[in-house]
Amino acid sequence: MEKPVTRDPGFYVMVAIGLAVMFIAPVMLDLFTIMQITQYVVLSVFALSLGYIWGFGGILSFGQAAFFGLGAYTFAVASINMGSTTIPMVLAFVIPTLFGAALGYFMFYGRLSDVYLGVVTLVVALIFWKLINHTAGPEYSIGSARLGGFNGIPSIPTLHVPGDPSAWLDPGQMFQVFMGFLLVIYVALRFLIASDFGRVSISIRENETRSSLLGYDVRKHKVIVFAIGGGIAGIAGAMWATYQAFIDPNSVSMEMSAKALVWVMAGGVGTLVGPIIGCILLQWLTLQLGTVDVVNSIAVLGAIMMVLVLALPKGIVPTARSLLLGGYILWKRNHGQAIPGKVVKE
Amino acid sequence: MDYTIVVALEMVRAVAWLVLLASGLAIIFGMMRIINFAHGEFLMLGGYTVVISTGHGVNEWIAMLVLAPIVVGIFGVLVERLVIQRLYGRILDSLLATWGLSMLMIGGVTMIFGNSVTGVATPLGGMSIGAYQVPRYNFVLIFAAIALLLAIWAVLKFTKAGLIARATMQNPDMSEALGIPTRWVYMATFGIGSAITGFAGALLAPLTGVVPTMGVNFIAQSFITVITGGASVITGTLSAATLLGSISQGMTFLTGPVYGDAALLLAALVLLRLLPQGITGRIFKKSL
Repeated sequence: MEKPVTRDPGFYVMVAIGLAVMFIAPVMLDLFTIMQITQYVVLSVFALSLGYIWGFGGILSFGQAAFFGLGAYTFAVASINMGSTTIPMVLAFVIPTLFGAALGYFMFYGRLSDVYLGVVTLVVALIFWKLINHTAGPEYSIGSARLGGFNGIPSIPTLHVPGDPSAWLDPGQMFQVFMGFLLVIYVALRFLIASDFGRVSISIRENETRSSLLGYDVRKHKVIVFAIGGGIAGIAGAMWATYQAFIDPNSVSMEMSAKALVWVMAGGVGTLVGPIIGCILLQWLTLQLGTVDVVNSIAVLGAIMMVLVLALPKGIVPTARSLLLGGYILWKRNHGQAIPGKVVKE
Repeated sequence: MDYTIVVALEMVRAVAWLVLLASGLAIIFGMMRIINFAHGEFLMLGGYTVVISTGHGVNEWIAMLVLAPIVVGIFGVLVERLVIQRLYGRILDSLLATWGLSMLMIGGVTMIFGNSVTGVATPLGGMSIGAYQVPRYNFVLIFAAIALLLAIWAVLKFTKAGLIARATMQNPDMSEALGIPTRWVYMATFGIGSAITGFAGALLAPLTGVVPTMGVNFIAQSFITVITGGASVITGTLSAATLLGSISQGMTFLTGPVYGDAALLLAALVLLRLLPQGITGRIFKKSL
């Protein structure tokens, strides 16, 4: 993370893989598989949002689904009312960002500690879930969109070319657009993390007191990081809504928040690739387990979470990275070269 | 006049409800600074203990007052030994682990008992205040909450175990240096906190019915009460419950139960902005 993004070969590899998947997958794979992968892409964006604020801002949000759901509902309501999807997509970023800033103001300017922070974010998501669940009656509608309570909002418009509501994207194009979103967000986050702002937020993660003594406004930084994470989760929510053409309160549920946490934990906190890998791996696993009737998927998710905390607290990517690095150092040693930086002066 | 009495009674019941929900959690939090995210499922376990034991012909009062605390208490000690004790000093990890436990319990209980609501008959029936009918069970709740707080206070204040517990709460390192096995104190605390939670879950079962996912409905209220109250177990729980209980119940009277919860959260957020360490972090600092 210390070197500039443009000089990190890993960055180019990731972008190249992303571009390759984006252009080759629709040609190679059949429609059903494409639609399956689209789901992973959407959820990866959601995973990235938590991976960013947790790994690079030290903010552990237990209610990230609140932003996901807020984005989804914003998009649904706005697109049904406007009949277009371009502005709603923007709104799905702006409104969760503003909500994140407002909530962040209360939490960070109140200097809540980690435990309190986790509880407050969780409770916000819970209350949001409860409120939406109780909007089943016809009196709860915004414009021509009925909120529908636990029944959800059906027939959300499919994404279309900006400015032309009749030019709907087919599943292959939608996959490419979403893949583009994921790539753009990944690249933007990489640059943000390498910028001055990103470095300060990492230093806050490492040591809050020291950063504030060096003159940085810890509270302001945390609010901004939290709001950006909220906005990204909001976009993921909007993508989810238009992908499914349907949204219900499950998108705000505790299970959704927990899933995001598990993906980031499994992939590795403090990386951006980790959350994506964790998301794809565990979603695939859940899908496989879903075909087995005996095992309850929530129980499995819970068990994975506990095992991860106890056995693999660092996550897949950092563990693999340190193993590889360890192997590299061993290999160097066996080939008679000194390890860089450890040359002893005579 | 009658209406005023009924409203006042409902207010007191709401406060008692929050006290019952939050006490077990507050004990664990006050002592170990850990929020048990599986708290709702511990309540659920207490409820299921009542359902199963009354189904086997056990008297419902024995099931509620004796069996539920014992079963959930033992379960709590097991959880502490197997999971929590490995995570001391890693507060966030312990939150994640208990959340995993919560989902594991929801899933597990669903697999065993199915995802349906089991009702428990409300004991004692109703009584009338003027033109209004009030369930007698409300008084049981209020009485249980008062008794629970008094019992915790008496134990902490007047017994050797309470002294050790307070010492560990105030300064774990110093207590360890004086020869107190703090790890065992933590284990006992977790067990007792779980037992109280089981007791609360058993008492709530007749009002709400029992279902694997019932915990979700209570955790928001319990967490908020505990963190608004702050680290002092009794004063914190009581002051936060009184404040939040009356706000949410007042809101419920005006608009309905959904907004009551939202009002509770909003009040708690504003309060935490003003008093980040909870009520007892600023006021009543020296209290229990």
